[in-house]
Amino acid sequence: MSALLQAEGLRLRFGAAPALDGVSVAIWPGEVVAVVGESGSGKSTLLRVLSGQIAPDAGTVHYAGQDVLALSEAGRRRLMRTEWGYVHQNARDGLRLGVSAGGNVGERLMAAGERRYGSIREVAARWMERVELDPARMDEPPRNFSGGMQQRLQIARCLVTEPRLVFMDEPTGGLDVSVQARLLDLIRKLAKEMGLAVFLVTHDIAAARLLAHRILVMRRGQVVEEGLADRVLDDPRHPYTQLLVSSVLAA
Amino acid sequence: MSAAVQEAGGYNFAYLDEATKRMIRRAILKGLAIPGHQIPFGAREMPLPYGWGTGGIQLTASILGPRDRLKVIDQGADDTTNAVSIRRFFQRVAGVEVTTRTAEATVIQTRHRIPERHLTEGQVLVFQVPMPEPLFRLEPRLTEARRLHALGDYSLAQLRLYEDIARQGETGSSYNHPVMVNGRYLMSPSPIPGYDNPKLHRSAAILLFGAGREKKIYAVPPWTEVRSLDFDDHPFRPMLAAAPCAFCGSRDSYKDEIVSDDRGGRVFVCSDTDHCRENQS
Repeated sequence: MSALLQAEGLRLRFGAAPALDGVSVAIWPGEVVAVVGESGSGKSTLLRVLSGQIAPDAGTVHYAGQDVLALSEAGRRRLMRTEWGYVHQNARDGLRLGVSAGGNVGERLMAAGERRYGSIREVAARWMERVELDPARMDEPPRNFSGGMQQRLQIARCLVTEPRLVFMDEPTGGLDVSVQARLLDLIRKLAKEMGLAVFLVTHDIAAARLLAHRILVMRRGQVVEEGLADRVLDDPRHPYTQLLVSSVLAA
Repeated sequence: MSAAVQEAGGYNFAYLDEATKRMIRRAILKGLAIPGHQIPFGAREMPLPYGWGTGGIQLTASILGPRDRLKVIDQGADDTTNAVSIRRFFQRVAGVEVTTRTAEATVIQTRHRIPERHLTEGQVLVFQVPMPEPLFRLEPRLTEARRLHALGDYSLAQLRLYEDIARQGETGSSYNHPVMVNGRYLMSPSPIPGYDNPKLHRSAAILLFGAGREKKIYAVPPWTEVRSLDFDDHPFRPMLAAAPCAFCGSRDSYKDEIVSDDRGGRVFVCSDTDHCRENQS
């Protein structure tokens, strides 16, 4: 078995500041990898480089044998809407607010070439149910839904074409704690059912512990520690990880 | 200098100077080579306001020759202000023959309709287009819309269609319904009624579209496949008034609804005045 996504020696500078300083990552099929670190540590930059949204100064990214950085824009978009999913921190960035919930879920199906209205409705209804939304509300616009529901709708919209790899950028950011817990539960369930590989960026250590199999700790554009989630969180070795773990507030 | 030029009082034949015509003809040829693709061109100021057909009038001026016979319609009618003034304009600046009969015209400039009579090879239909971008209401950034055209990614337009059906139970747009040209480019047919969309498909005549304000030209060469966007299980069905024409009795032509008195009386009459005249005679 080979890694689904493999990145080697990524370097990227924004002016004088190194955002990525020799980062290598591998994501295996069905694996949930979390990147934690403080603001400005380069974790969101890493996410954007891995998903092909920005090109690094140096380094390679391969997805299932293809060179992501060498892909044409058409090829990258095809990957983005078939093999990959992208969950934005803010559901409003990931959803089309002028379009009904059902249309939001169905868009990727149509992009993938589905031309039967009936089956789009059917699949959209099934997916709304899977993310615990009432399918009877599929013709309502997203603004009628609460923040947590919008985030679940965004997840349904991403997963409807059954991608193999999903990028998540702080999916629980800005949600209150009970809603966060429910969302994390749902993501964990779906990832397991579908055998999804997830690349999760978060500053929430608790979310990382709950979801991730493996954790990368980033600081100043470098991965300072990497290992199984429990190991990194229970036995942090790098001083920065120790600081990070010890500064989590216990309820 | 030919007689026609002197007739126009110092203007070049058909108003535009030859360099401009050449530039527009080049854009037309490009448009015909890539059916449905919008070609930018340097639209000139014309002696009529934007929205009155500045794009169409420039196309007509560029393709018109002294032996052409011109017909101009506005919503199917030859006798409305817009049609009359554009027709008279070309009579004055080009001295060409004009006609109201579809069968006799070589060039037909139209606003928002396609004549009922089947157009034949050798005829050119020039459309006045207010907004050439079919993704206009779906993707506000023109740069992004261009990218979507380049990638052939029309899921947005399909999504709009989905929304229409979900809300209204049918493919909603009764006019300006987007079409796929030659299986490649999504094109705005200009605001013609959906009823006219099937006439675009494998049309014998050359179809030219000009948008003056947006500075775009696009074209459909003869016999090109033009399909209205739809779903397999919700095929595109153009709407047609049920009532026959009050003048000629035609049932299969596109009708205008006209208020006939102040007690709510309404009649339906053919929108294509030439077609109606032919039926009555």
